Amino acid sequence: MRTFYFWLCVLISGLISDPVWADRLLIINGNVLIGDDGPASELDILVDRGRIDAVAEDLKSVEADRVIDAKGRIVTPALFAGITAVGLSEIGMVYEAVDSRLNGLDTGRMHPEFDVRKAYNPLSTVVPVTRVEGYGYSLLTAAFGDRTIAGQGSLVRFDGGFDSFEGKTTFYINVDGYSGNKIGGSRAAHWMLLESVFDELSVDDADLTLISASGKAALKAARRDGLFVFRANRASDIHQALLFSRKHKLNPIISGGQEAWIIKENLASTGVPVVLNALDNLPGSFDGIGARLDNAALLHEAGVTVLFTSGETHNARKLRQVAGNAVANGLAYEAAVEAMTSLPAEVFGGKPRMIAPGLRADLVIWSGDPLDVNSAADQVIINGVPDSMQSRQTELLERYLPEEAGLGRAYINP
Amino acid sequence: MPVFLVFVITLFGCMTAHAQPEAFPSTYAAPPAHPTLFKNATILTGDGRRFDSTDLYIEEGRISWVGQGDTALDTVVVDATNRWITPGLIDVHSHLGVYPSPSVAAHSDGNEATAPVTAEVWAEHSVWPQDPGFTRALAGGVTALQILPGSANLFGGRGVTLKNVPSTSYQGMKFPGAPYGLKMACGENPKRVYGGRNQSPSTRMGNVAAYRSAWIRAQRYQADWDRYNQAVENAAEAAADDSSGASVASALLTNTPPRRNLELDTLAGALRGDILVHMHCYRADEMLTILDMAKEFGYRVGTFHHGVEAYKIADALADNGVCGALWADWWGFKIEAYDGIQENIALVDRPKGGCAVVHSDSDEGIQRLNQEATKAMLRGNRAGLSISPERAIRWITLNAAKSLGIEEQTGSLRTGKMADVVVWNQNPFSVYAKPLQVYIDGVLRYERGNSDLNPQSDFELGQLLGATQ
Repeated sequence: MRTFYFWLCVLISGLISDPVWADRLLIINGNVLIGDDGPASELDILVDRGRIDAVAEDLKSVEADRVIDAKGRIVTPALFAGITAVGLSEIGMVYEAVDSRLNGLDTGRMHPEFDVRKAYNPLSTVVPVTRVEGYGYSLLTAAFGDRTIAGQGSLVRFDGGFDSFEGKTTFYINVDGYSGNKIGGSRAAHWMLLESVFDELSVDDADLTLISASGKAALKAARRDGLFVFRANRASDIHQALLFSRKHKLNPIISGGQEAWIIKENLASTGVPVVLNALDNLPGSFDGIGARLDNAALLHEAGVTVLFTSGETHNARKLRQVAGNAVANGLAYEAAVEAMTSLPAEVFGGKPRMIAPGLRADLVIWSGDPLDVNSAADQVIINGVPDSMQSRQTELLERYLPEEAGLGRAYINP
Repeated sequence: MPVFLVFVITLFGCMTAHAQPEAFPSTYAAPPAHPTLFKNATILTGDGRRFDSTDLYIEEGRISWVGQGDTALDTVVVDATNRWITPGLIDVHSHLGVYPSPSVAAHSDGNEATAPVTAEVWAEHSVWPQDPGFTRALAGGVTALQILPGSANLFGGRGVTLKNVPSTSYQGMKFPGAPYGLKMACGENPKRVYGGRNQSPSTRMGNVAAYRSAWIRAQRYQADWDRYNQAVENAAEAAADDSSGASVASALLTNTPPRRNLELDTLAGALRGDILVHMHCYRADEMLTILDMAKEFGYRVGTFHHGVEAYKIADALADNGVCGALWADWWGFKIEAYDGIQENIALVDRPKGGCAVVHSDSDEGIQRLNQEATKAMLRGNRAGLSISPERAIRWITLNAAKSLGIEEQTGSLRTGKMADVVVWNQNPFSVYAKPLQVYIDGVLRYERGNSDLNPQSDFELGQLLGATQ
């Protein structure tokens, strides 16, 4: 199934033109993880005008403008950074520089049309800080504010573009105990409100009370081809999300999922993916009493699609560590690689992100095992262009690494 | 001399500001430990040395020898071939117990955020020993940890150093003989908490003014006690000389010692150096301000915590003998954390005398201090600093022990120290590394995969009954 999908994507993507032009880049001697659930193999990769042109055992005779010798290092597609507010939050507690949530807007309605993509800033320092660590894309979150439906986002590529969005419009719905306590005092209030909201989808615009006309339009469109991310950890909440989704014909995804292992068969049979943090192993709340380190392994074994998120934005780069810990606790290595590379694009409707002819050349050459904390991205390639590997943090390092500062650090300008 | 006076003088003659009966003393006592021989391990001693294919022997709860030596007849032998051994890990900054799991409001016991100076509170009085986080940290190889109050206040209160052993009381965990810590905080947090209530401090200058005012009160308090103690001493001497009138007068005077004050007890303890100062501070300029203030009042800052800008003043920290307890990669969650870089720990470690410590401040991070140290080591090496595992392990063992003032008891595998030992399945500097065994005072307290040696808190019993697996 995955293989079929892979070649289908290759076929389709070959037909799509791309405005980004770059030199012909040849990467030789890569130990390539193409982004599916297969093992690494020694391959060369030819990139032409931002796209992968050929992947083969020996392309060394091909002419290229630039050749990078990977010298046996691992090459992967650029990684998925998880569900984040990268580009939506410059500094966590500087609230005027945070745009990921709708809060205190006194309309008395839910606003599924609240679209965080309008606030995305590709020039945020967080983007290069994340990118140089080997990350090529993320799912933009509408964080929980003060409404059951938090809003919408989608995948975003870290290529610096203002409009580098792709994939399905993704809605965020909070149904956990924490948010329930803030909305009506019970998580049941979420379901009460959600039922009413979905009832309003068949009400005349003039008679809407819980959502606006544009919110209604957004939800109706989403029911056709959008995604609904339910934030839930408790098994019973996940169960309710599955019931609700079936009733209203939604495509659900579970985010959090600390107790997903308890109902893994149900998740597997309904084909509902779970986005989890594999470091969660404490009963941080009464929603997560069953949090355990082998959650990812148990779910994957049962046939559930598992993705990762760390809950971090500034430190979204930590997600490799999350995936590595999932492997250390029983998840198959290849499954973790897939979950960090191509699978999120597939789940959230983005363009295929494997290393295969015709696909966008978002690649990373690693100093070692990409899932281990003792390795780092040596070279990131976005749209076929080697990244400068500069970020605000690398510049701070350059300023403070020299032991002598002359007139002062302010004169050391990288 | 009248008997009464002798009694009075004897009673007060040994009185100092802290000579009360010990409050809330440790009741920790290690159970008997089997002598244990670990054979053929890769050993990182914690003090900068590495031994390959080497044996380690522990006996009576103490490190006996590394290399070769005698063993007892009833020695338990652990084949540690292909295993790595390190000292037990130490976290100098934890809120386990005071911000436990589950983190419900009624468990939120880490910040007495009702006044900016609450040096009188003790974190241990908030510690819930049933926090499941302790057992998770044990599985991560943590054998000792300091529980600190939060950073809402300028003076947050006393921290306590615990042995990471399950107990029904924190006294049963209290590290015998460890000095107390004093938690202080710079920057945004105190001024936000109190400024937000239109109270002082609402600015950084307000922060500094309030610290200094408190130190002035502490100096006065200490002086009162010094004067009193001197008078007692004088009276004792006079009584010994039997110079009647003078001794009687002095003795009567000493009947009224200064009134004890819990807040000033702690602050004066910090001024004297009996209590170690742990200062939450992010920005380089603020840390330098604090170092000047310490000089003004004649105390030592033991450790700056978080210090995301510590790399900017690594030399000053080393020169002042101050440790930096730091994260590997946290940044950006507030503006005083904007300049965080992943080389911070390695750069603080660089100068001669540098004391870099990897701390967690997190119930997740404390379980993976080795992974945090790995990230920091990697960044140092990529910046060309050439840091070996035997050097990096100090950040979570001996340097941490030094920060807590327990480096004579634990933190390295030196003969005579507490046998706090972790056996790892592999080189600990990897995401795949896991403690197989954790010993505290020579007692096997955790063993991976052995349900008899996987402690669980009371809270976790009887949960999710009926959940399928």
